[in-house]
Amino acid sequence: MAPWDLAAELGDIVAWAIYLLIGFAFGFILESAGFADARLLAAQFYWREIRVIQVMFTAILVAMVLIFWSSALGWLDYDDVWVNPTYIWPGIVGGLIMGVGFVFAGFCPGTSLVGVATLKVDAIWFVAGAAVGIISFGETVSFYNDFWHSGFLGRFTLQDWLGLPTGAVVLGLVVMSLLILWIGDIVRRRIYGDSDED
Amino acid sequence: MQAKRNPDRYWDPYIAGVLLGLLLFLTFFLTGHGLGSSGGVNRLLVALEDLVVPRHVDTTPYLAAMAGGERNPLDHWIVWQVAGILLGGFLSGWLRGRVRLETRHGPLITPRTRWVMAFIGGVLMGYGARLARGCTSGQALSGSAVLSVGSWMFLIFVFVGGYLVAWFLRRLWQPGGDN
Repeated sequence: MAPWDLAAELGDIVAWAIYLLIGFAFGFILESAGFADARLLAAQFYWREIRVIQVMFTAILVAMVLIFWSSALGWLDYDDVWVNPTYIWPGIVGGLIMGVGFVFAGFCPGTSLVGVATLKVDAIWFVAGAAVGIISFGETVSFYNDFWHSGFLGRFTLQDWLGLPTGAVVLGLVVMSLLILWIGDIVRRRIYGDSDED
Repeated sequence: MQAKRNPDRYWDPYIAGVLLGLLLFLTFFLTGHGLGSSGGVNRLLVALEDLVVPRHVDTTPYLAAMAGGERNPLDHWIVWQVAGILLGGFLSGWLRGRVRLETRHGPLITPRTRWVMAFIGGVLMGYGARLARGCTSGQALSGSAVLSVGSWMFLIFVFVGGYLVAWFLRRLWQPGGDN
């Protein structure tokens, strides 16, 4: 049953090739969606554009439904799927810092890579900055290791937290995502009209 | 953006979203984990540090976990995936004539201001992504799809952080004309 340990099953080289292909498709989709253009990404924060919200929530919705559907059918072992462990406080503070950084930069790490791949000079500066930030973190985290591990809840899912059946949570999130997409589009139209940006 | 919507003929966001969702599902199904980016950049940098200051890497616990002693920080799936992102992004841009050495910036600021702001934002993003153990790809997108509480919290707080400062930085992104 899925998922598999690709390197153990197929050998390192085939596993690397699969990861390379996955990354290739990821980069291709991000660039095709326009995510190498920081102006378009930043426009989310001003409601001129909601493409990022549309792509992101659609993707989460599709992946989530397929993951839980296939595990309900017994094809995928959800217990074997990596669920990002929850660390409440560093997650919140890190998220806030990234949100601020997003408005300064108009990129996040993934989108900046397709920016670099299409020779956007601003993306190259972003990656240089991100390198400084990443190295700084490695050098400073030992000063506040306790905080970096604070609020640890391990593999903690929404269905654990809410005490609801997984199906109900998935259904709730589908409805919520559709509402976000629908309301987001209404708000954008209200503020900026249908066809024009200026 | 200019007067016309979508002058660059990007994909419809819902089609891109469905394709990205299928890819994310396939990735989880085949490998047991989602997509990532900042972690790969992190490992590339740690590999560089290991070349320049190997003793420092061995004595810093956070770095040693990836590159201490004989450990090779590049021997990890995410490094291959990041290489793929660069190749896929390049091919997509090249096929559509979007590979151009250029700076995309709001009309009210100069390219140089844009570079400085991109750099500052990069520092914040790089630091924040390591603090939060993932970025928009590894946490917000992948973690949310498998219903991690921490990832949903992270996603919400990225937007909170962004909307908190968006008003103050609006000049960076304002289209020409108004104001």
